[in-house]
Parts: sequence; C-alpha cells; structure tokens
Amino acid sequence: MSIHEPAPEAATDNSLVLREDGTYPERFEDPGHPEHHQRMGDVDPKANKKAERQVVFLFVISIVATIGFLVAYFAVPPGDTPESMRLSNLVLGLGLALSLLGIGLAGVHWAKALMNDHEKAEDRHEQRSSDQTRVEAIEVLKDGAADSAIGRRSLLQGTMIGALALFPLAIVVPIVGNVGGDWNVSKFGHTMWRKGTRLTTDPAGRPIKASDVTIGSVFHVIPDKLDEEEHPLDEKAKAVVLMVRLDPEDLKESEERKSWSYNGIVAYSKICTHVGCPVALYEQQTHHLLCPCHQSTFDVADGAKVVFGPAKRPLPQLPITVDDEGYLIAQSDFDEPVGPTFWERLTL
Amino acid sequence: MKALAARRQDRRAPIVLLLLALLLTGGLYAVLAPTSAGAATVKADASDIANGEKLFQANCATCHGPSAAGTESGPSLIGVGAAAVDFQVGTGRMPAQMNGPQIQEKPVQFEQEQINELAAYVASLGEGPAIPTAEMVDPTLGDAANGMSIFRTNCAMCHNAVGAGGALSQGKFAPKLWDTTPTHIYEAMLTGPQSMPVFNDANITPEEKRDVIAFIDQQGGASPGGLTLGALGPVSEGLWAWVVGLGLLIGAAVWIGAKSS
Amino acid sequence: MTTTSSPSPVEKIAAGTADYLDQRTGIGTAVKVFARKIFPDHWSFLLGEIALYSFISILISGVFLTLFFVPSMNEVVYDGPWESLQGAHMSEAFASTLRLSFEVRGGLLMRQIHHWSALIFMAAIVTHMMRVFFTGAFRKPREVNWVVGFTLLILGLAAGFSGYSLPDDVLSGNGLRITDGVVRAIPIIGSYTSYFLFGGEFPGEVLIPRLFTVHILLVPALILALIGLHLFFVVLHKHTQYPGSGRTNKNVVGYPLFPIYVAKAGGYFFIVFGVIALMAATMTINPVWNYGPYDPSPVSAGAQPDWYMLFLEGSLRLMPGFAEVVIGQYTIPLNVIIPAMVVPGILFTGLALYPFIEAFATDDHKEHHVLDRPRNRPFRTAFGVSLLTAFFILVLAGSNDLIATHFHLSINDITWTFRALIFLGPWFAFWITKRICLGLQRKDRELVLHGHETGRIVRFANGEYIEVHKPLNQHERWLRVQHDNLRPVEIEPAEDSRGVRRKGYRLDRMRQRLSQTFYEDRIEPVTPAELVAAHSHGAHDSISGADHGPAELAGAGSSTAAVGGGQHLIDPQDETAPDGRNH
Repeated sequence: MSIHEPAPEAATDNSLVLREDGTYPERFEDPGHPEHHQRMGDVDPKANKKAERQVVFLFVISIVATIGFLVAYFAVPPGDTPESMRLSNLVLGLGLALSLLGIGLAGVHWAKALMNDHEKAEDRHEQRSSDQTRVEAIEVLKDGAADSAIGRRSLLQGTMIGALALFPLAIVVPIVGNVGGDWNVSKFGHTMWRKGTRLTTDPAGRPIKASDVTIGSVFHVIPDKLDEEEHPLDEKAKAVVLMVRLDPEDLKESEERKSWSYNGIVAYSKICTHVGCPVALYEQQTHHLLCPCHQSTFDVADGAKVVFGPAKRPLPQLPITVDDEGYLIAQSDFDEPVGPTFWERLTL
Repeated sequence: MKALAARRQDRRAPIVLLLLALLLTGGLYAVLAPTSAGAATVKADASDIANGEKLFQANCATCHGPSAAGTESGPSLIGVGAAAVDFQVGTGRMPAQMNGPQIQEKPVQFEQEQINELAAYVASLGEGPAIPTAEMVDPTLGDAANGMSIFRTNCAMCHNAVGAGGALSQGKFAPKLWDTTPTHIYEAMLTGPQSMPVFNDANITPEEKRDVIAFIDQQGGASPGGLTLGALGPVSEGLWAWVVGLGLLIGAAVWIGAKSS
Repeated sequence: MTTTSSPSPVEKIAAGTADYLDQRTGIGTAVKVFARKIFPDHWSFLLGEIALYSFISILISGVFLTLFFVPSMNEVVYDGPWESLQGAHMSEAFASTLRLSFEVRGGLLMRQIHHWSALIFMAAIVTHMMRVFFTGAFRKPREVNWVVGFTLLILGLAAGFSGYSLPDDVLSGNGLRITDGVVRAIPIIGSYTSYFLFGGEFPGEVLIPRLFTVHILLVPALILALIGLHLFFVVLHKHTQYPGSGRTNKNVVGYPLFPIYVAKAGGYFFIVFGVIALMAATMTINPVWNYGPYDPSPVSAGAQPDWYMLFLEGSLRLMPGFAEVVIGQYTIPLNVIIPAMVVPGILFTGLALYPFIEAFATDDHKEHHVLDRPRNRPFRTAFGVSLLTAFFILVLAGSNDLIATHFHLSINDITWTFRALIFLGPWFAFWITKRICLGLQRKDRELVLHGHETGRIVRFANGEYIEVHKPLNQHERWLRVQHDNLRPVEIEPAEDSRGVRRKGYRLDRMRQRLSQTFYEDRIEPVTPAELVAAHSHGAHDSISGADHGPAELAGAGSSTAAVGGGQHLIDPQDETAPDGRNH
C-alpha cells in the first residue's frame, strides 16, 4: 500500500553538521513533515459538539430554504410588471441559493472541524513504464504486425490508406456544398437601391421630402418597399443609410460628387467600412459620425473620410435627388460595395 | 498551509473587495431613482418679453451679444425658439460656466417663471420651436412599444439602449436620460442641443416623440432580473462576475483550504 | 463505525448492493484504489473546481432552457407581458427568450444562472490557468494536460460566443455582424467563409439554428470529453503540491478523497452553485428585452461582448486604419487581420507552447510534482504578468467608451494612451515583476542567513549596539532553500578536439541563448556552508563579504550585497541571556 503516514520531523538539524571530509552538504536536507497540531474540537468535547450543532443548523437552513422555494414557486408568480417579475426571481433565487449554500457550507464545515485531519502521504512513481514493459510492448506490436503481414503486402497497404483517406469526402463535400447557400458572393457588390427608389424613414417607412430635412437634422433611412423583398433583413443589412443636411458652406464636395447631394443633403451608407457595425452617432456641431463599436470617426462634411479609428475607407455615398413631388430618391445604387473590406471587393 | 505563511495576509483581500463591491451596488442603486416634473405652459405677453430682455442683457448678452445675434463665444439665438431656451436654461446648461468639451448640466440658475420670460424674449426675436404643452409630453398618453422602436433606431446609439448615456468623441458624451423631465426630452429632440442632431416633426412626429418619452419613462426603474448594474451592458456584468462572483468563490476556497483552529 | 455481530438492515442492503455491483463490474478494486487517494490541500487548487462546478451549473440550467427556447429565425409578432415590445416583429428565438424569461416560472432565474455561470466559468478557467502557470504545474509530466486545458479555454470561448448570440437580440446581432466583418477580412477565402457561416448573406435565416446545434451539442460534447481527459490526467499524475517540509517529488501529502474531499469538494460544488444562484437572484444579466430583437439598423452605446471577448474588441479598437492595403485588384485589410487574428494568435500560441519553450530553455527532463514559488522563477513570472498585462490593456481598450464616460475623459485620448501602453505596458510589467521576484528572493536569503528581526537592541561591552536576530526554524528555512538552483545551460563547444564542427551545435546555441534569457539574472538559494559562515560572522563580528560573492552572479544587478556580515547577532533558538550575549 502506497498510502502511509508522512515522514516525521527530523530530530536534529543534519544540514549543518560538518561531514567527515570537512565540508558541509551542498544542499539543505528536508526536515520532514512538521508535527500535527490539534484543533480545538480535538481536545475540547464542547467545541466538538458545538461544531456538530453548526453543521446540523446549516443542513436545516438548506431544508427550510428548499421548502421556501417550493412555496414561493406556487405563491409568487412572475406577473405582468417588472416589479412582480423581480420579486418572483428574487424569492426563487434566494430560496435556491440558501438551499445550496446550506448543504455546501455544512459539508465543508463538517470536513474541516469534525473529520480526521491527520495528513497522509502517498508515494509517487515515475510515469514512464519500466524498460522491461517497454520491450514487451514493442514485442506485442511486432507480433501483431507480423500476424497481419501488413509489411509484406504493399498493395493491400496502399488501398487501405486510399480508402480511409477518401471516404471522409462523402461527409465533407455535401456539407461544404450546401452550407454556404448559393455561394454567390458577388451579392456583396450591390444593394436594393435603384434609380428612383424613394428614401424613407427607418423603421416607419415614411417617404421624406427634401424640404423636411432641416439643417442639423439626421435621418435614418431605408429604401422604399423594403418589406416586399424576399429577404428583408439581408437587404436592410446592406441598404441602411444615414442622411444629414449641412449648411452648404460647410460641405466640401469633390467635383464628380457635386451632383450626388441635394441642397446640402448628403446620404451615406450606415455600415462601417471597418467591420460592419451601424455607424450612427452623428455629432451635429462637428459633422463627425462615430461608430459605437470601434470608434471609427468619419467626417460627413468631407466625403465621410476617416478622421480617427480603425477604419480606412470613407463610407460609400448614395447619390440622391428629388422626384416631381419633392420626395428624396436615389439616383442609383452605391458605386462600390458597402460595409467591411473583403478580398475581391474591387473586382465586384 | 504552513508553506505559504507569507501569503496569509492575502486572505482578507477578497472579503474587503466584496464589501466594497456591495457598497458600490447600494450606492449605484440609490442613485437610480426616477423623478418627474410637469411641463410648463407659456403665455407670452409684452411684460414677459420685457422682463425676459432684462434677464437676457444681464445674464446672456456677454456671449450671445446684446441683440442675441451671437459673438465668437456664443451662437446666435435668433430663431432658436422658446423650446431651446427652456431646455438650455431649464436644465442648468445655460448660463454656461466654463469651457470644456461640452457644456454640462448644473443646478438651475433661474425660477421657471424667469425661464419662461427669457424664452418669451428669445421667441420674440424670430420664429422657432415652442415649448410643448403638458399633453404633448405626457408619458401616460404615449405608446412605449412604438417609442422603443423609434428610440433604438434614432437615440440608442448615443444614449444607450435604455438611456443610460454613452460616450461621444473628444470627451463629449450623451447624457443619461432617466432624470430628465419629459418636457426637456421633447425640447432636446426638437432643437438638437450641442452635439445632438435635430429631430424635427417630419422626422419624428409629435406623437412619436411622446411615444419615446413614454418608453424612457419606463426605464431606469425595476429590472425583472434584479439590480440593473447601471444598465451598461456586458462590461459591467463582467466586472461584477469577477468582483462579486469570483471574489466570493475564492473567499470560500480560502476558507476551505485553511486549517480549522 | 463499530462492527457488531448482527448487521443492521441498512448495512445488509448496502452489502447486498455492493456484492451485486462488484460481481458484475469488479468495482471493489476501483474503490480500494481511489477511495483513499491523497490530494493536497490548498485554496488555489480549488480554482479549477470552480470551473468544473460552474460548468455543471451551466449544464443543469442549460437543459432547462432548451425545453423552452425555440431556435428559429421565423418572424413572429410579440404578444406578451413586456409592454415596450408589444406588437414588435421579432424572430421566434427572441420571442421564446422573452417567454422563458417572463412567463415560465423560474425561467428568468435559470437564464440568469446560465449566463452568470458562463462568465464565472471563463473567469475560473483563466484564474486556474494563471495558478498553473505561475506555480509551474505545467512541467513534465503535465505538459499534455496543459494543452488539454488550453483547448478547454478555447472551447469555453466558443461555447460562450455561440450561446451569447442565440437570443437574436440587437447587441449580440451586432457582435455577429462584427464577426462577419472579421471573417470577410481573411484573404482569398474570406467572403466564402462568411457564406459558410451564415448560409448566404448576413444575417440570413439559418444562423440561429446552426449556432444552437454548435452551442448545445458540438461544443459541450467536446468540453465534456476533454474535462474527462483533464481529470483522468489529474488522477494519473496525482496532484502537484506546494513546497514544504516533507513534501517531495516522490510523494503527495494531504487528505484522502473519502471522506475529506468528498465533503470538501462536494460541498464546494454546492457553494459554487449557490453563489451563482445568489447572483442570478439579485443581479440582472443580459437584459435582452432592453436591446430588442435583431435589426441591422440600430446599435446602442456600450456595444460590447462578454468580458472574455473584450480583448478582441479592444484590439480592434486600438488598431489604426492605415494598415488596409491594396495589392493589384485585391484588398487585404490588415487593420482587421492584425488585431483580430494576429494579436490573439500570438497571445494564445505563446500560452499554449510555453511549457515546451521553458523545458527547452531549461533542458529539463525531470518530473516535477513540487510546485515553484513564483518568485523563484523570475523570468516565467515576469513573462506571465506581461502577457496578462497585455490582455488587461486590451480589455480596458475594449471598454474605452465606458472609461470615457465614467472618468470624464476623451475617448480619443484614451485610445492613444492605450496604443502606447500596449507596447510599453507589457515591457514595463515584465521588468518590474522580475525585479520584485529577485527582491523577494534576496529577502529570503537574508532571512535564512540572519533570521527574523526581533526588534531587541543590545549593547556589547565594547559599546557597539546590535539588533538580536532569531534564526528560522527548520521548516521556515526549508521553504526558502528547497528550490532548484537554475543556471543557464552549458553546451559543448562548436568544434571537437580535432576541429570538426559538430552536428546540432546551432540548436544547442539557440537553447543556450534562450536559457540565458531565462536564467541569467538569478539569486541562488542559500547553501549550508553559507549559513554556517553567516552564523560565525554574527558570533565573532567579523566581516568577510567575499564569502557571499558566489551567491549573486553577474547580471542580477551589482548593487546587491544585501547579506553583509557583522551587524547581525544570531540568537540561537529561543534562549537568550538577559544581556543578549550568548557567546
């Protein structure tokens, strides 16, 4: 049996005894396991009894708490208001917590105060097998290999490996084939915005008159008839737009984009060019647009160029104009893929 | 364990941390009690405007100019309307005290009557949004569900999903909304103070604004799950998991590992 | 306890059952071997148990949740008790989350238990791993188990992330959108990987059911299997123990599994579950009803993942945007690839491979069952602290908006500060930790050589004042001198006696360089000869500093002659003459 009492404390300090050759040992010696100290409960029967009563008390708390939990389960329904839901959650939770903590604290206290606390030692052995075992194990493997004669039958060996290597394809190919839908990644390249699509408010879907967009306003915009799409969320995920109106004096526009805005109203994709969060924090005074996820900051007055943060590219601009009734409409789709960068974005 | 006698002093640390955490919880919770205030109605007459002008000259003209046309240190107030004045002065933001990334809420400097007079004066300078009536901002008349839908698209990105506030760039921030009166919330949407954009009635209709107010009115109170932990999201939850959860559990582990006396 | 001649009915039934089982399973052998297995006692050995028990809490509450959760993205209109979502369009996943929170009795409690347990699970894994790291418990023969534990950490992240996204709310939906953005950044196959995950374009209609399968079947099955393996190794290797008198690499000193650890560890399970239940009873977690159902347009301030993913969020926030490059027609967004793949790749690879790197540098082939005191391994401790510092800075960077609002700072300034700190912080943490470790080792030497200060001042006949020192007892001393004296490895010269360049020299040279990085700066443990010499100095008040020279080698800083001789008088044991003169 490898479990035994630990080696007792050494009686003398051998480390500092001069050896016969006139030197001291190179290292200190382990003085051995220190003497066991008795607990109060080991010497005082009263303390022992008291500890026992404490353990019993904790178990009783647990029993009472479980009963309390059951009563609360029937007596305290969650109801319809946050307050009643909170009360239900609180009483059930406290009941469960006390029921568990009672058992846990009782078990530990029992072990600490009442169970035998003499430490024992168990011997360790090296993990490696003995040399003899190793030799025998190799022998066993060799025998098996010889029995199968795999070493001599190379054709059998080759076909076996081939068969095992090929069969996973029967599992993998259907998974890869189906899991990505139609695998048509060129959908990243366009959105549902078309020439003449009306800009409407998100989420109500009201068309927006240019005259309603006052300076300093910000409109969260979705394309008209988004609900009629086959996959409205997929389309919305690409098509959401943020529209603001600036004092035309504040607006810096490149020559080719002069016609993309209308009376100082500019519309930009709301999907961050970093990793695709909705960039929605518009600061009216600085004309800065901040992404709450990673704090990329875009300057709406200057082509939505990046002024801070991890994004590199400006937000794509939606060219807009007004229709006969004065409602804002798109001139076309975005001229580049919206959202985060991907390998082939310039080829779409 | 004797081997680690030197570490024994560490054992109290989790308990101290825990107590601190509990104190913090209590403190946070006490702070989050909602308040409400009624909306003011304004009936502007000539004497109000005259009184307002006196107040303006004494308190505002230094920055906004004697004719309220603005100076380098303050914008023009012509055409901002009574609603802007009621919001800025009624929340204590004006008169501004010090420069910073953003002008902050302070104890209100004027009586509501004086604010109304100031508002009447500024409104007389040029047409602008008026102070909403009590009915327009009554949360009980609004539809909180529609309010939530509007709020999360237009407001939550700055003010947090339930209006607990959030950070903007360069030290600016969107304030917590739970202690703001319905009137001031309405006026803020209408006038777009400081960094906040304007949400005019074509963008968010007056009814929708009231719905938003009804939604905000329900926030900041009881949460079905217990303490709200500031309603700040996963970061504060993680902090509490470490401080309270792991703190308690390591405390228990230290107790289990310690020799009984 | 006592055996009587006539067994009670209970004993009879127990004996009958045991006989029945043993005849069919031979369980007697297992009971004999395992019931009295010895485990050492220390609070830090319970950190892994927190992880295990919180995982069991996760399983229990998780089974409850699966009975009510509907993993579907079909659109429904909400009609339940939560007023501000009345009439809202949402997926069945979100609607069923609301139903199980508000209408199922005890459902909210179970949901909160599940989520709090998940946060605690990850926190416990990390602290347990820190304990194993800093005490060197990963050394031979436990390297394989370190890798198993590391894999469990990664699986824990996968479990947490897949579960976090299941309710289909705005907050987790934006997390998925960020995931989509990160995945798309992978060169060449990025777009296809995105389609692979979402079954087409983001968000698609298949993600929630797929995540559900991953979350309740795939990942938990792997975690359970690896926990089994992890514990099997613990039993096989027997538990490590802290250094101390009587504890060696050849034994394990502690208490038997039955009854001590059945009660302590069993009790601790109930405590862990109880504390989690207490948290779930009193503190809201992930209130999805605040965020609302997923919609690609909204986002809320404080858009962050659970804490164990925050370092990635922080990493993404810190990276400046200029790194996006275009080569020919193709775009490589290094501003995403570096923070979201390279940085965590370095952190995790460093962590996973550390045991092998250290064994290589130490040229260590021995089994180790006695743990290190962190101070005795200055390089390892400093390396661990610097890795943690990097992790912590990234976590803070991921919370920069909340830091900004709570401390009235500018988010841009904070980001710039962290951009600098992510380079300086780990370096500084390494340097200071190593200094502290070496300082503590010096203090240990000082204590062993000269004992505790007693505060008693005595005067010699010649008028000299000295303070009486009380020597350490054998156990106190052993703790401070038991560790191995680690020196940089020595290698054979590049050329043998005949001037032929030998094979393997380059590898050896690399090993030596690495080894010098690890062990060049060191304080060596006191030897018996040094202690005897120190005693005699104290007694005869003679100073001979040269004797202490070998203890402190070059590189450790030259200003370290902390163990000067004559000013200390050693008080032999507890007996002291009233005047303090004993010799």
